[in-house]
Amino acid sequence: MCGIVGLFLKDARLEPHLGEMLADMLITMTDRGPDSAGIAIYGRGQAGRGKLTVQSADPEADFAGLDRDLRAEVGGHVGLEVKDTHAVIEVEADRLAAAREAVRALRPGLKVMSAGEGIEIYKEVGLPRDVAARFEIARMAGTHGIGHTRMATESAVTTAGAHPFSTGADQCLVHNGSLSNHNAVRRGLRRAGMRFETENDTEVAAAYLSHRMEEGAGLGEAMEGTLRDLDGFFTFVVGTRNGFGVVRDPIACKPAVMAETDQYVAFGSEYRAMVGLPGIEAARVWEPEPATVYFWER
Amino acid sequence: MTEFLRTPPKQSATFSNDQNAEIRRAAATGIYDIRGGGSKRKLPHFDDLLFLGASISRYPLEGYREKCATDVWLGTRHAKQPIHLDIPVTIAGMSFGSLSGPAKEALGRGASEAGTSTTTGDGGMTEEERGHSRTLVYQVLPSRYGMNPDDLRRADAIEVVVGQGAKPGGGGMLLGQKISDRVAEMRNLPKGIDQRSACRHPDWTGPDDLEIKILEIREITDWQKPIYVKVGGARPYYDTALAVKAGADVVVVDGMQGGTAATQDVFIEHVGQPTLACIPQAVKALQDLGLHREVQLIVSGGIRSGADVAKALALGADAVAIGTAALVALGDNDPSLEAEYRRLGTTAGAYDDWHEGRDPAGITTQDPELFGRFDPVLGGRRLKNYLRVMTLEAQTIARACGKSHLHNLEPEDLCALTIEAAAMAGVPLAGTSWIPGRGAAPY
Amino acid sequence: MLHATANRLDAESVQTFDLAARGLRALNETLHALKGQPTNQTVWEIVNTKGAHAIAVGLDAPLDVTVRGTTGYYCGGMNKQATIRIDGSAGPGVAENMMSGTVIVEGDASQYAGATGRGGLLVIKGNASSRCGISMKGIDIVVHGSIGHMSAFMAQSGNLVVLGDAGDSLGDSLYEARLFVRGSVKSLGADCVEKEMRPEHHALLEDLLRRGLAEGKADPSQFRRYGSARRLYTFHVDNASSY
Repeated sequence: MCGIVGLFLKDARLEPHLGEMLADMLITMTDRGPDSAGIAIYGRGQAGRGKLTVQSADPEADFAGLDRDLRAEVGGHVGLEVKDTHAVIEVEADRLAAAREAVRALRPGLKVMSAGEGIEIYKEVGLPRDVAARFEIARMAGTHGIGHTRMATESAVTTAGAHPFSTGADQCLVHNGSLSNHNAVRRGLRRAGMRFETENDTEVAAAYLSHRMEEGAGLGEAMEGTLRDLDGFFTFVVGTRNGFGVVRDPIACKPAVMAETDQYVAFGSEYRAMVGLPGIEAARVWEPEPATVYFWER
Repeated sequence: MTEFLRTPPKQSATFSNDQNAEIRRAAATGIYDIRGGGSKRKLPHFDDLLFLGASISRYPLEGYREKCATDVWLGTRHAKQPIHLDIPVTIAGMSFGSLSGPAKEALGRGASEAGTSTTTGDGGMTEEERGHSRTLVYQVLPSRYGMNPDDLRRADAIEVVVGQGAKPGGGGMLLGQKISDRVAEMRNLPKGIDQRSACRHPDWTGPDDLEIKILEIREITDWQKPIYVKVGGARPYYDTALAVKAGADVVVVDGMQGGTAATQDVFIEHVGQPTLACIPQAVKALQDLGLHREVQLIVSGGIRSGADVAKALALGADAVAIGTAALVALGDNDPSLEAEYRRLGTTAGAYDDWHEGRDPAGITTQDPELFGRFDPVLGGRRLKNYLRVMTLEAQTIARACGKSHLHNLEPEDLCALTIEAAAMAGVPLAGTSWIPGRGAAPY
Repeated sequence: MLHATANRLDAESVQTFDLAARGLRALNETLHALKGQPTNQTVWEIVNTKGAHAIAVGLDAPLDVTVRGTTGYYCGGMNKQATIRIDGSAGPGVAENMMSGTVIVEGDASQYAGATGRGGLLVIKGNASSRCGISMKGIDIVVHGSIGHMSAFMAQSGNLVVLGDAGDSLGDSLYEARLFVRGSVKSLGADCVEKEMRPEHHALLEDLLRRGLAEGKADPSQFRRYGSARRLYTFHVDNASSY
């Protein structure tokens, strides 16, 4: 039960302003979700480099010397940029999985928010304005991004319960609604080897998509599957390394608005989230149809 | 001799006579059983709790002499005009349509004389109830039958109904027999057709939208009126928390013994949680948000006596609401009408076909001949008497526990007779300090 | 902007209300205070709306209100008497439960437009999203563009006119509301059927098009009429699959 915003840029000239635009959109959706906020930003990345975004309840202790310790463990060049409770660790792309394992061993208190070549996820409990400011989202550049403000329904108000959820490399998902069969689906995915960090229904949807894509499905095909296998009310907005997708359940009574221009595709739970975007007056604005998958890929 | 050795006939507990009769009825008619009222099965209830009176460790108050206050404020969080009631027993929402005009009038008369509120229902506000109710709560329901801004403004409080304990997740139902000209006109519908009201509101879904809906109602009424949110007792911890987050001043939690004008028996008996189990969960939600007593909690579903009132308050409710009990006080199911109940194929005490509109007591009907028998002045007086007795009973118990206000009753004043009730209410089993389930993961 | 408005703006003094500066509560309280009062402050312009919710709700006076820009949920909710123009697009539930008066949306309307409306006229010059006219109870709705899925769900009475197309499940569980659609209907909901256009329907539609500012945009002869088959009016076991 929440506010969702999303922005997929087509015009590279807007990329330096992605964070600024998304942060504004996110803050507009505060009323819909004052409990916590989160944002996933996809950067251009650097060839051959991978990123882990990690979060800590005790950042001073956890992040001190982490780059040195990781270098000793996985080798190669290790970068570390601390942003409040989060840090972005940069390693050689082929050492990303090893780095993730090493982090788990070196700093058991750290939570991995995301892993991939482009994605960084920041999320915390608190008002969207404060969350965006803590992580200096407005200063971030990128190609696409998704943000979420949360009003928790049945699961806890914690950092781990905030959206976006990332269950695969460079993947993320946010959700507005409430799933009614997520426990059964989670059991099935666990048997198939997926790991879960929370009891949150949204994490199940994220893991479902990751699992389908691991099995070889494309983004659109995996999203089609949600209409068959997930029950309840949902609007999902999904990000991948190069893609951006939207799907609503067949009843489709949670709000959702989209806008498209030559420069971008935007998503908002309400139109007012998008009023600050350049050229919005001339955009094609529509509400996504029920049980219809929309996706854009670079 | 062989006669003597035969096994006596044995009825199946699984395929009981009742169950088999229902199978035959379904096979013959092709429709599920529809009825009024709440759950009829035996459930853990307030009867399974007892108060620990005062003696030496605590000192009791003197009955009749030392004051035990009963008043309650509702809607103090945001409303410019919160409600002040003399007693913490209110009348639950029951629609004009399901009830006759004179029955609504009697509820208004009795409640007003006793110093409490009445509530409209799924059919709009009638002059009978507005005219005779000192304090009237106006319901905003999914059907929006009769909804209009003038009535919003002349109500004393507004209750957004999300669900009912008899059928959490279900909509209203009023069958054609009761759609008279007047009911049809109030609801903008043709006369005599079945009405299956929607289960979700037409213009919002979920707590984020509800917050905006509440804002709109507050703006229409210039922030004067308290806004209640009523939920069926199914997932009361989350639903209470979300109602509060969406901006409710008062949360009403209706347990599964709560009645309905008409719904499927399978719904009434198999969906929801007993009222006893709902209260601690709702209270916990309010406590976790730091808003217990600041956002008030009204509990309904199976409240019958002053003991029930005292127990609900001790568990953390600010007030209770009664529906079925109020109808009984008015004369519903009265044994004096036994001959007529027999003609309807039932018996006094079991009559629940309120949707058929043939109520000999003139309460759940739109038939002028039948409701003409019902005297709203006398009915109002009976309800007032009953409300006074409930209040006196609750005061008696509270004084015995040393309380000068009913609201100072607390869970520690209670013990439970059964393990089930102890676990559900979160109070120790009598004679022990054991609260089953305490320490288990929260909801 | 409408020419009629422009003329009136010249003729009378326009009260401009800056929503961002003065806030929503002050706006609605100010407009409510005009109920039953002799006033010359009948023409209002609300600026800096920024998609706010509950703009100009619960009005009950013959005011002429123009909302500059896009609105959030429930603009013009429960309106009586007033004429409210939204010079932009409207969020969910525009003119919900309207009693009388007129609400005009220059742009598009989101879901639940005119929900449960009991009277008055709602004109949407762009498209309306899903559930347009849900549970309508006497309101007239004229949509110049198209409408989304589940529109006129459980619609009880009143008229819905659509110059464009209708989405899935039009008029599901319909009661006595009349639906007129010029374009295609993706699918009809349970118990909704096409009905004959008789002379009285042509006359009704002509009037609705005129009042709905669509005169000259469409001709009554281009429309089809949809209404209730009334099979679900009383439960019958053989219709159970429709539930």
